[in-house]
Amino acid sequence: MEVFSSLADGIFLALMPINLMLILIGVTVGLFIGAMPGLGSVNGVAILLPITFLVPPSSAIIFLAAIYYGAMYGGAISSVTLGIPGASTAVATTFDGRPLALQGRASLALVTAALASFVGGTVATVLFTLFAPLLATMALSFGPPEIFALMLLAFATFVGLGGDDIPKTIFSICFGLVLATVGFDTISGEPRLVLFDIQGFLRGIGFIVLAIGVYGIGEMIWTIEQTRGEVTTTNPKMTAKGLIADSKEATKKGWKGTLIGSFLGFFVGVLPAAGATPGSLMSYGVAKMLSRTPQEYGKGSPDGVAAPEAANNSASTGSMLPMLTLGIPGSPTTAILLGGMVIWGLTPGPRLFLDQSEFVWGLIGSFYISNLAAVLINLAFIPLFVWMLRMPFTILAPLIFVLSIVGGFAASRSMHDLWLIVIFGLGAFFMRKFDYPLAPAVLAIVLGPIAEPTLRQSLLLSSGDPMIFFNRPIAGPITVIAIFLILLPAFKLLRRKKPAAAN
Amino acid sequence: MKLSKRLFLGLAVGGTLATLPISALAQEWQPTRPIDFTIMAGPGGGADQIARFVQSVVEANDMTNRPLIPTNRGGGSGAEALLHLNDARDPDHTLMVTLNSFYTTPIRQEALGIDIETFTPITMMGVDPFVLWVHKDSGITDFDGFLAKVREMDGEYVMGGTGAGQEDSIVIAYMAGVYDLDIKYIPYDGGGAVAKDLAGQQIMATVNNPAEAKGFYEAGDFIPLLAFSDTRMDAYPDVPTIKELGHDFSYYNQRAIVGAPGMSDEAAAYYRDIFGQVYASDAWQDYLVSESLSPLPMDEAETRAYWATQVANHRQLLSEIDG
Repeated sequence: MEVFSSLADGIFLALMPINLMLILIGVTVGLFIGAMPGLGSVNGVAILLPITFLVPPSSAIIFLAAIYYGAMYGGAISSVTLGIPGASTAVATTFDGRPLALQGRASLALVTAALASFVGGTVATVLFTLFAPLLATMALSFGPPEIFALMLLAFATFVGLGGDDIPKTIFSICFGLVLATVGFDTISGEPRLVLFDIQGFLRGIGFIVLAIGVYGIGEMIWTIEQTRGEVTTTNPKMTAKGLIADSKEATKKGWKGTLIGSFLGFFVGVLPAAGATPGSLMSYGVAKMLSRTPQEYGKGSPDGVAAPEAANNSASTGSMLPMLTLGIPGSPTTAILLGGMVIWGLTPGPRLFLDQSEFVWGLIGSFYISNLAAVLINLAFIPLFVWMLRMPFTILAPLIFVLSIVGGFAASRSMHDLWLIVIFGLGAFFMRKFDYPLAPAVLAIVLGPIAEPTLRQSLLLSSGDPMIFFNRPIAGPITVIAIFLILLPAFKLLRRKKPAAAN
Repeated sequence: MKLSKRLFLGLAVGGTLATLPISALAQEWQPTRPIDFTIMAGPGGGADQIARFVQSVVEANDMTNRPLIPTNRGGGSGAEALLHLNDARDPDHTLMVTLNSFYTTPIRQEALGIDIETFTPITMMGVDPFVLWVHKDSGITDFDGFLAKVREMDGEYVMGGTGAGQEDSIVIAYMAGVYDLDIKYIPYDGGGAVAKDLAGQQIMATVNNPAEAKGFYEAGDFIPLLAFSDTRMDAYPDVPTIKELGHDFSYYNQRAIVGAPGMSDEAAAYYRDIFGQVYASDAWQDYLVSESLSPLPMDEAETRAYWATQVANHRQLLSEIDG
């Protein structure tokens, strides 16, 4: 088959000494950039873009894609060890990765993350290899109503994310949605909710700002208050034997989440506008919903680590697809890669596969190699990261604080964001005190900026008729499922009340 | 209404020669810290591509002794970037890559208190024309067919763009005005998203820069119907301009590098020399051709005069749109 001979050529190209070297450097650099709170693949790729001017385009994109990949692996590291998401794509990893680390199982969490990432990336690459043109067509059939329906579905899975207290979960979602509307409104072209006329709010409230505030500062204050500074991460040790045992346990307990994340993440990643962050969050929600033991989620379930980690790698490969075939970035990082391709004199778009097949297949080939390199390098570094956890909390806490502040500043270079991080951190602490779930608010601020414009675009298209979400072949079924899921807790409540009333 | 860019087309060579004598003077001032290279738009758009292209040319030829640090400040339709420059603590190390929100945002958001005439002109890298596109499956092959279709749909014809008051909405509003068209306009948050939804036929037509539609055009998916440039574009010789149809209108997106207000003359001269070299480089000249940008070199005084006419023109256009 033609696909396989092209692929073989591509892998051969990726294995050329210069490309292999770039892959190894890229994955390692990406791993550390991803592990640094606040700095994600976007920053890494943007910073290193000019360097790629020195090598041929096919090597340059392989290098940048390797950074992208490495960062997806690296994001999990600080999520697990510090409780701060290393990148926005790794927020969902903190939900279960952090509890595992606090139980002294950091190595299990990290091994699960690495293996799930590997499977996710590989599944996505295979799907990419086999179905690229078909998937590009599918991505095009997703207009505003379809994307909104998908976001509705994501919100529906969140209702199950917050534990049993549905009203507090809904409050938390709404709070996140309000924060998401701050800033400039694309539809009307007017600024909205510029609080106290502070100019920094014109830019909106960045997701990473909220995430670092909530998980970096808020979590740290919470931990200090709960434990009076005597945090026990129960002496995490790392041996070769332990690594194998952890791998076995990760495979046994995390395969389901890995599978869900691999496929769902890829699918969401392929859709332009979505990207790896919503992909990983949705996978976490779906994995929890489908799990037979959902009560374990949030308390250290390996599935809860595997699902988002498989998804963010899978989605990052998926988001390359609309970039290459349509010239449309599926995520902020691919937007910069796209700019890079223009610099190298390539025109991304429907003709790229035909006109530049060596370039495209070299990149696809490099996905396979990068993935393998990333998982090996990652596993090799895990002892180092676990060792960090053995530091006394009196040293670790200030370190987390410094990393949060530096990471928050590095992302936007704005003092405004730093103050917001501190305010969100304190706010998160008090919300937690009153038992409000925080994850739904963080998720809402990611999906809000996608859901709101697509809702309004759809209603503009239909002149205000909401039937547009029901009578389109793809949007219709998704909307119906989403509404069913949202109403499910209400049904359960009714059924529980009835027997009680009968008695 | 005259929005014509000045008749500098074809004078690219003259423009580059004019920047040469400054080189001697520029030796006196050198940047002493990394240069803030603010981009007035988010990652991936036209302005962002240009900024990173320029940065890569500067890096590859080692033109500056301190690096350019590109930062996207696209918030508030460029308001964030404008405020950042306006309040720059170190104007000698603060530059911005602009698009036309440089003109429109201060007009639409007067509360910002931005007067762009205080900004320092550095280099006009080129101007980006606009073209009207439809999907090949629409059955429309020329502008008359487009007009007939829009009238037949009677208010249900859907076009996408980057939002009220943005460049393409100004063009669409002008076109709808002179041809008395009733168009449903759907705002998106970037030119890329607009092109994608035209390719998927979620919307029926767009007004886009050629760079954003090029891939689909080359694949045969998009058909250009009308150009809003002064003369026919080299890349699309069969596409008529709206001027040929008897309407004295043209519209370009400015791709310029601008310094913060209060930049010293020495620093401005230094940057004009650097970006003049970038402009004259083969890499940039090839980019102008491949992305269908028009060259529009001008010196400081000419740029200031150009800004004044652009502000006046945009004020009038926006008042017509907003009513």
